[in-house]
Amino acid sequence: MTDANKKFLVGVYDDDDVALAAVNKIKSAGVKIYEVYSPFAIHGMDTAIGHPRTRIGIAAFCFGLTGLLCAITLTTWTMGIDWPMVIGGKDPLSFPNYVPVMFELTVLFTAFGMTITFFLSNGLGPTVKPLLFDPRCTDNKFVMAIDLSKNKMSEAEIASLVKASGAEEVSVKQV
Amino acid sequence: MHVTSPVRTPLVTGGKTYADVTEDICKQVEGKPTKEWKIAFAISVVVLLYGTCCLFWTWWEGLGVWGLNKTVGWAWDITNFVWWVGIGHAGTLISAILLLFRQKWRTSINRAAEAMTIFAVICAASFILMHMGRPWMAHWALPLPNTFGSLWVNFNSPLVWDVFAISTYFSVSCLFWYVGLVPDLATIRDRAQNKVSKFIYGTLAMGWNGSAKTWARYEYISLILAGLSTPLVLSVHTIVSFDFATSVIPGWHTTIFPPYFVAGAIFSGFAMVQNLMLIARVVYKLEDYITFEHIELMNKVITLTGSIVGCAYLTEFFIAWYSGVEYESYAFINRATGPYWWAYWAMMTCNVISPQLFWSRSLRRSVKWTFFISVIVNIGMWFERFVIIVTSLHRDYIPSSWAMFSPTMFDIGDYIFSFGLFGTLFLLFSKYLPVINMAEVKGVLRTTSEKLPAKISGVSKADRLASPAYKKDAE
Repeated sequence: MTDANKKFLVGVYDDDDVALAAVNKIKSAGVKIYEVYSPFAIHGMDTAIGHPRTRIGIAAFCFGLTGLLCAITLTTWTMGIDWPMVIGGKDPLSFPNYVPVMFELTVLFTAFGMTITFFLSNGLGPTVKPLLFDPRCTDNKFVMAIDLSKNKMSEAEIASLVKASGAEEVSVKQV
Repeated sequence: MHVTSPVRTPLVTGGKTYADVTEDICKQVEGKPTKEWKIAFAISVVVLLYGTCCLFWTWWEGLGVWGLNKTVGWAWDITNFVWWVGIGHAGTLISAILLLFRQKWRTSINRAAEAMTIFAVICAASFILMHMGRPWMAHWALPLPNTFGSLWVNFNSPLVWDVFAISTYFSVSCLFWYVGLVPDLATIRDRAQNKVSKFIYGTLAMGWNGSAKTWARYEYISLILAGLSTPLVLSVHTIVSFDFATSVIPGWHTTIFPPYFVAGAIFSGFAMVQNLMLIARVVYKLEDYITFEHIELMNKVITLTGSIVGCAYLTEFFIAWYSGVEYESYAFINRATGPYWWAYWAMMTCNVISPQLFWSRSLRRSVKWTFFISVIVNIGMWFERFVIIVTSLHRDYIPSSWAMFSPTMFDIGDYIFSFGLFGTLFLLFSKYLPVINMAEVKGVLRTTSEKLPAKISGVSKADRLASPAYKKDAE
């Protein structure tokens, strides 16, 4: 969190289906939801909140392409240009023989590039202190956070809306 | 929404809640090591130390301490290498290929199977270093600039492809495993009672908080990593088989090797997963998570891949005769009837006949039979590699140079080293990391649980400790 001292309304749900239905209900009432925290992936939750579709696939493709180009450069330059060698009577530049190395390096670059992008884009790192509205969200609870400064409705109105949607606990937290 | 067919057999039994899953799995990590664990760990370390002494002597004296001779220049080292790499394949199959096929039963076993993959590949790599004889020159296998002007590695060689394949496979497997671990590490972090474990698991969990945005990206990269790992795992054993198939030795020079090796790898890997999971299931009381359904499904994979391997053996034999190449025919007749007939028939019995017993449903669902046959399969798969390597080499083109191979105590000791290493690593993993992927099991709980409690979330440990009823019990 970059901007400190924000007021959040936190709703704790007991059930993933209830939490997903609650997100849709609260959204349709015109409240902007900051984020929902859950112990496992709930399919459709990110689109229900209104998060844009992740673009990490594009990054993965770019890393893969980089890996492939590196592999092509490495194999053809070393074998064909820098020190051409005839081995087993084969052409120094025998392209099909380089395919396994090209494939492996493409996979290697994609996997590492994508995972590093994943950690960076989510702001995850070994020294990062997690933003936890309720520590039970990694165990068995589903926690909804609503940024009060980003919503026009009053705190009481939103709280009653969250309560009505099935939250078992509602509280306000300063982060 | 959670919709599932009522005819599906439940994957998690015992009416578990989300909190139960956390509690059941974290209990192993948070508790003190049990006596059984300590004994098993002590044995593994002793075995590892013995193996390390043998390995030290192998490197100190040179490869002359092995039983190799001029004719049989590759024996146990490469046999063990291929055996371990093959075992590793099941982990990736379970976590990647079954993810692409949307097989939800993988969630209970993928964590331990992936750990097995990583440790098996470490063992395999140790044989690569061993058979180099001069491990301090291992970096020569990499395309590094050097003082020879620069003389590069030969990218036409399958051995160089192998360097790239195995190292990529190892590092990508570690990555896949770690990404899957992060949410579970966060669970342990948030439950941790003392500062040290809070710091260690907190550092490893990278500040994970389970936000919907993170989960969406997590699911996305898991899918891409699975999509990458699937061709990767197939390429690894294909390239391992190229080490043999691209040579001109009768018995090795066959185009059937890649699919045959991949099927054999999955076959032996699943057998090893069965062995490890059947033990973990009892020791960590995971009977509700690793059910007879899981055991049966894995046995079906063993039967399928075992049958593919059997078909490959017969095809190989047929082609050796059908090709009309005298040398090729002799290599195969020599395997079955020559001085190494016992190795060949051990391989045939263990790999072709034993998995066929699993056509019987009661044997498939029996823990004892599964364990027994899995051990047999792993012995058989070791003999398969031994047969391919040693029997193809020991009678070459000149009868005067025909020889036999007999292992010395260092061949055996170096093999024992890999068992010690594997056992030590696996025991450390099973004590300090969650053996079951909690987040994924929770994700499939609703659709696959037998009888769900009215309140599926359950009561978490913190609430349980805080409740007055608990305090009364404690008193």
